[in-house]
Amino acid sequence: MSTSATEREQRAPVSGPASTARSPRERWRALPSPLRHLLLAALALVVVTGLLLVTGDLTALRFAAVGYTMLSIAGLQLLVGGSGQVSLGHGAFMMIGAYTMALLVGNLPMLPLSANLVLVVVVATVAGVLVGAATARLHGPYLAGATLILAVGLPGLTHRYHEFLGGSNGLTVRTAGAPPFLQGLLSASEWKALVVWTTVVIGLAVLATVSTGRLGRRMRAIRDDETAAAMSGIPVGATKVVAFVIASAAGGLAGGLQVYVLGTATPSIFTLALSLTLLAALVLGGIGSMWGALWAALAVVYLEIWLSDAVRAFSLSRDVENNLPIVLFGVLLILVLRFQPLGFHGILQRLGARLRSGRH
Amino acid sequence: MRTTTITARRGTLAAALALTLAATACTGAGEVAEQDGPDLSVSTGVTDDAVVIGTHQPLTGPAAAGYASISRGTAAVFDHINEQGGIHGRQIDYRVEDDGYDPARTIDVTRKLVIEDEIFAMLGGLGTPTHGGVVDYLNEEGVPDVFPASGALAWNNTEEHPLTYGWQVDYTKEAKIQGEYITENFPDQAVGYLYQNDDVGENSQEGLDQYLTDEVVAREHYESEAPDLSSQMAEFKRSEAEVIVCSCIPAFVALGMLEAASIDYQPQWVVSSIGGDTATLQGLLAQFTKDTDAEGVPADAFLDGLIITGYMPRVEDPDDEWAAFFADIYEEYGEGDTLTNTHLYGMTQAVMFAQVLMSAGPDLTRQALIDALEAQEWQGPGAVPFSSSDGDHGGHQGAYVVQYNEGGETEMIQGARVTDRDGGLIEESDYEPLSPEELVFHD
Amino acid sequence: MDRFVDLTLSGLASGAIYAALALSLVIIYQATRLVNFAQPAMALVAVYTAATVAPLTGSYWIGFIAALTVGTAVGALAERFIVRPIARTSQLNAIIVTLGLLLIAQGGVGMIWGNQQHGFGYAFDYVGRLSPADVFALVSVGTVAVLLFCVYRFTPLGLQMRAAAFRPEAARLSGVKVGLMLTAGWAFSALIAALAGMLAGPPFISPNVFDIVFVYGITAAVVGGLDSPFGAIIGGLLVGLGMSYVSGYAGPELATLTALALVVLVLSVRPDGILSRPTARKV
Repeated sequence: MSTSATEREQRAPVSGPASTARSPRERWRALPSPLRHLLLAALALVVVTGLLLVTGDLTALRFAAVGYTMLSIAGLQLLVGGSGQVSLGHGAFMMIGAYTMALLVGNLPMLPLSANLVLVVVVATVAGVLVGAATARLHGPYLAGATLILAVGLPGLTHRYHEFLGGSNGLTVRTAGAPPFLQGLLSASEWKALVVWTTVVIGLAVLATVSTGRLGRRMRAIRDDETAAAMSGIPVGATKVVAFVIASAAGGLAGGLQVYVLGTATPSIFTLALSLTLLAALVLGGIGSMWGALWAALAVVYLEIWLSDAVRAFSLSRDVENNLPIVLFGVLLILVLRFQPLGFHGILQRLGARLRSGRH
Repeated sequence: MRTTTITARRGTLAAALALTLAATACTGAGEVAEQDGPDLSVSTGVTDDAVVIGTHQPLTGPAAAGYASISRGTAAVFDHINEQGGIHGRQIDYRVEDDGYDPARTIDVTRKLVIEDEIFAMLGGLGTPTHGGVVDYLNEEGVPDVFPASGALAWNNTEEHPLTYGWQVDYTKEAKIQGEYITENFPDQAVGYLYQNDDVGENSQEGLDQYLTDEVVAREHYESEAPDLSSQMAEFKRSEAEVIVCSCIPAFVALGMLEAASIDYQPQWVVSSIGGDTATLQGLLAQFTKDTDAEGVPADAFLDGLIITGYMPRVEDPDDEWAAFFADIYEEYGEGDTLTNTHLYGMTQAVMFAQVLMSAGPDLTRQALIDALEAQEWQGPGAVPFSSSDGDHGGHQGAYVVQYNEGGETEMIQGARVTDRDGGLIEESDYEPLSPEELVFHD
Repeated sequence: MDRFVDLTLSGLASGAIYAALALSLVIIYQATRLVNFAQPAMALVAVYTAATVAPLTGSYWIGFIAALTVGTAVGALAERFIVRPIARTSQLNAIIVTLGLLLIAQGGVGMIWGNQQHGFGYAFDYVGRLSPADVFALVSVGTVAVLLFCVYRFTPLGLQMRAAAFRPEAARLSGVKVGLMLTAGWAFSALIAALAGMLAGPPFISPNVFDIVFVYGITAAVVGGLDSPFGAIIGGLLVGLGMSYVSGYAGPELATLTALALVVLVLSVRPDGILSRPTARKV
């Protein structure tokens, strides 16, 4: 785990067939880290755009879901994988972002989306400071318990202030689709998926930069040994809070994007199950890497769909058919942890290593 | 160290720049341009021998406990219809997608149904928060959104959602009928409201308050996530409420009755249709009272005298031909579980939808379905008049009142009455549904 | 005043259940240094066993014993064959593997018994302000806490279990069967989780019935201190009473927020819970 997450990630794009030439890789690595991440981000955007152009509205919606889920999980990965603070309440930050977005769009429809997103990040950052400060002294299971009750307790606010937050029916908004000059070229869903991914890749680039930078190193130092980190002069408390703030901002932004795409924010979206799913998916995808967040997001969006489809192929009783995907997800979690603790990303890395060594 | 900070700052700067660029390209995020209506002269999902119908239902998760049996009822009726030769030679291909009552998943499965499965229409999408997230989409895509399964007022809005046709009697209409019934039959008795803390409670109180004023001595609510009614029932007892109007789902009706029994409090219960499924209640209470050392009353004693408003056929009604008919169908095509009024909800929807498909004629398009809905002369199996035309997509227009008696049967104590959601009068109705033999809903 | 008494009694009754769940968490924590998210799974399997066995045999108590037996067995087996190989690697993996168990149990129960609600009875008459059923809950939870305290403090088994949890290597060297101790800890905990399930299940059960109760159980354990059985009891009663007063006086929608506020308040003063022993932290 000591090799940094993003170092592996940077290798990935150039380790394709062209990896024979060593000089491009060296040149690539010589670039400053933010530039590298932005280039990667641009590349990702091009790939997503290409994929969107050949698929339909349903895929656009699911791509967008993969996008914001990935951003959310990447934030969680920085917190859990980076600073070692296990949060079971990440859904709460998504909820804060989502409700902020829904309130902004509903009450101030003239504000441009970018302004909304910035405000969402600001609100989520404030929330992160509060939660981070309240939990900075907690360790291990106490932090897990406190964040768990955060995820369960926060939706209570929507019932308390139901005039303002819509109670259990939540807030429903309509967001604008493609700008006029693009209408006809792109459907509203495709446009939204593009906007989501643009925001997501920028967010990911920022997260990757943080993770490879000084802050990331400090977090990992704290994760590995808090005492040693404190002795070597790292401000442990502040760094832990900052980790929470970044995770919260990423989660909040993801929630805001979700509302932008889905047009609805209700307490029944941001359940305990969501928070736990995010964490489980992170481990399934592979903790310690941005790529892991991608596999995790794909798992959150697609795994259930695939499992349900697979189960439907057999003629089972309704009770079995409905519940089997849940059981299978649980079994998969346990199997992956048992045989490949680094998740899908670990499996892919191992395959990649085997391929490389086979070639040489 | 310093260079990293600077580069990090540069990263943030680049991000800010990109956002600004995006800002200039965008207008207000909430300013949505009006669009032309969708093309309805299409036969999406229709072939010569089949028509695809979709729905979203909570089959797993906490809400599944109360509602998973609705789509089972619907599926059983469609199986029966298909066995009889279908509708205009078409088999009904009924696709149920599980959304777990999570609106984010509802949106996903609805798109899947519309885009991948190419459904002809959506039937009985369940839940206010869930369906609320897809009602715009269905209308924009031109997918008829027939009979969403919830009593929210929002479904009856022909301006914004011309293709949405409500089903359930809306909570306010039903509550008005309850309020009137209480003032007429329990004059001057103290009344307590127990309601779910969402639009169910809000809209119900609007109706009740039109008839009940000074009689109301307590208003208590519950959250569907917190299954505890002890402090609420204690408060009713303290304020000496003699009648409790419960705008609640079945689990909370049963819980309220148990709590009342545990503090030796015996009010007259008046329960709205969403919670008045005595078959479900009886099942819950019977299992509860069986095999314990609790010196309990049998399940039926809890329910004795319960007053329920409703608008559909009831399994407990021995004289209802539709109930008997549905029982036979479920015997043959069901899943082997006990038939409840929750199943009947889905079964009634299925028959009424089948009627519309029948009237829409052999050349089925979405426009033909809408025309049939607007022109339909409803004659059952719903037990009260039904509205799906002339700018009123409100669905069932009123309710009857029945009382449950120990022994498992209900007795009609007030026939169907109809009203509006505002201050209008409540009127008696001479509506009589046709019998299963008379009503044409399949080939 | 009358209302206050009502709220206090109902808070105590639900507090006893949270305390039982918290106790079960504390035991696993003491035995294995893990927070067991599969706890509702064991409670769930137990109550559904009881709901199946009791009608077949016609006796609540046979169902009760069957529930505790099956719950305990599931706990022990899960530890031995699923949790142990994985949990060693990290705290996070332990959380995730117990979550996986929870999903399997919830889905499995849904597959066998369906997702609809079933009625499920109390052990004793529930009628009355402090009903026999409430008394049974309070007494059984209190008894279990005292028994546990005694086992942990005064018996060789308890000593070995603590040794296995805190210093596995040293314990192994001095002849303690560490693996067996871990399994024993899980079995104990599952037994109490099953008991808590039998107390918390009525009146109605469904696959998700314990989700929220379990969250309050964790809250209680964290508030009371994960290292202390008596802390779990205090935490459980605090959470139960607090939520009862707040929902009674201010509205039931605030119940979960109360639990959150309680955690924030207590942990900001005592980060290891109310009854944590002041350990010499190395910072």
